[in-house]
Amino acid sequence: MDATTLLLLGQDSLISGAIYALLAVTMVMVFSVTRVLFIPQGEFVTYGALTLAALEAGRVPGTAWLLLGVGAVAAVLAMTRARQTLTFLKAIRILIIDVGLPALLLLIVHWAAPLKLGLVPEMLLTLALVVPLGPLVYRIAFQPLAEASILVLLIVAVGVHMGMTGLGLVFFGPEGYQTSAFSDAVFELGFMNISAQSIWVVTTTAALLLGLYLFFEKTVSGKMLRAAAISRRGARLVGISTDRTGYLAFTLTALIGAVSGLMIGSLTTIYYDSGFIIGLKGFVAAILGGLHSYPLAAAAALLVGTVESFSSYSASAFKEVIVFTIIIPVLLWRSIFRPPVEHLE
Amino acid sequence: MSLLTVADLSVAYGRIQAVQGVALDIAAGSIVTVIGANGAGKTSLLNAVMGLLPARGEVTFRGEAMARCPTEKRFSLGMSLVTESRDLFTTMSIEDNLILGANRCGRREIVQRMAEVFARFPRLKERSTQLAGTLSGGERQMLAMGRALMARPQLLMLDEPSLGLAPIIVREIFHIISDLRDNGVAILLVEQNARAALQVADYAYVMELGLVTMDGPASQLAGDPRVIESYLGFGGADTNTA
Ligand SMILES: Nc1ncnc2c1ncn2[C@@H]1O[C@H](COP(=O)(O)OP(=O)(O)OP(=O)(O)O)[C@@H](O)[C@H]1O
Ligand SMILES: [Mg+2]
Repeated sequence: MDATTLLLLGQDSLISGAIYALLAVTMVMVFSVTRVLFIPQGEFVTYGALTLAALEAGRVPGTAWLLLGVGAVAAVLAMTRARQTLTFLKAIRILIIDVGLPALLLLIVHWAAPLKLGLVPEMLLTLALVVPLGPLVYRIAFQPLAEASILVLLIVAVGVHMGMTGLGLVFFGPEGYQTSAFSDAVFELGFMNISAQSIWVVTTTAALLLGLYLFFEKTVSGKMLRAAAISRRGARLVGISTDRTGYLAFTLTALIGAVSGLMIGSLTTIYYDSGFIIGLKGFVAAILGGLHSYPLAAAAALLVGTVESFSSYSASAFKEVIVFTIIIPVLLWRSIFRPPVEHLE
Repeated sequence: MSLLTVADLSVAYGRIQAVQGVALDIAAGSIVTVIGANGAGKTSLLNAVMGLLPARGEVTFRGEAMARCPTEKRFSLGMSLVTESRDLFTTMSIEDNLILGANRCGRREIVQRMAEVFARFPRLKERSTQLAGTLSGGERQMLAMGRALMARPQLLMLDEPSLGLAPIIVREIFHIISDLRDNGVAILLVEQNARAALQVADYAYVMELGLVTMDGPASQLAGDPRVIESYLGFGGADTNTA
């Protein structure tokens, strides 16, 4: 392995590590706030990438219809759940928010998609279509189970993953897509080529991580999420409802997943089921970080990215195996020296 | 006019009846205390009133029925509970804990309320950046009360606020309790320290094995021979102070 290869792999590790770090950090957040091990996190990556790809091609992305459908399901569930106290006004409000807004978005997308407005408007449109799926998934699948055990929530999460992958196949089809890069520029630094795209990915990730840090440390909403993670009862005693924090956590996780999809879509071809493996690597990093430490999870994500890049170079057939194997010694070590996560509540 | 009315309230843990048909009434701006031996059901009563525990019976707060009302909603209507376990946000600073006590308020309002809490508990101000989990028992109690006060509740429920505190701090806490009443806050006080509780309260209930067995004006109960024997110790000796 010469120096050029080494640097190339290094750059590669950094890019994938950065994206895994985003996924790992949000996974830790969702787990600590809602106790859900959110396996389907990767599906938001897929949805983000494929939605952008469709918009770039001038087509209406399947997510526009999907959002409308999921919104309708959520509306029906919300009205059933509230049937005893449901007033006409409340029903109208639910319908406007859950069905009306997605329908409006669908119209906008129908108008905008053929115009090919360019990368930035298309990215914003993608986020508008994908991010609302986060809180909707929470409302449909997890909110009614707020008091369930971690195991039940995990089983539901796996179910949601399968559902979202299946819907991905229905709405995006089996073909893979690659989006165009933010920029095709390449900088030469000594004997090394650095693509502008990789700089984009790394700076966007750094900005998002910094943003998350500031959100958790400086804003009241961020503090509410942390509080709910520390003591659910304490949070309820100061009027912070589990529903609200769950909603917020899932919105954030969908946002970060979708942004990761926007970044990764131009680096590799994404199929309807690609998100799972990507999300799983974020998950591995989150586990390596003990599911409670953000910095550890982010550092572990860089490690996962590095292991992946180097093993795909030297033993590419086994790259996934090698990545997922590093979890075993860590789990062993943790199970011997640390209490199981369930006891940390 | 009563602020809180509890009627025929029962709490059960599986087959254990912790609270059985308790009735209770608190007027706005008064202190009501519930005393009773360990395991009498006092904590269960408070938690049920706050909506933390499922319960049968009626809880009416400010004229509204609280059945179906989750804890968060009761909080926003003006109830605050300082639980026996305090439930602080242990890995966050004193300041953050206080901010979260008023999480619906704007920044300016939060600053103002925090200044008021710091005026009552100067010790919290000195340590405002210390993590709640590293505080001493007394400081934790002050923080728990401070966090509850950040919401400017109409009804403050305190579960054993003097638990494990030095007598001088206990006196301070009780002083603050009566001062809060003078500022219009109604207080439902659960205490082991019956002497101090009866001194500060306007009205008192005695609980035994899940039932209210006696109630009356606090000064009257303090003179009742049964109360003296069971809860105040013989001959008024100060044996019950924590
Ligand atoms: N989670 C629980 N499961 C089963 N039984 C419980 C539970 N919590 C309380 N109990 C029982 O209910 C009864 C009342 O308990 P509670 O905590 O309300 O008493 P208390 O009056 O607050 O006592 P103390 O003065 O010791 O705090 C006790 O017999 C207790 O063992
Ligand atoms: Mg108790």
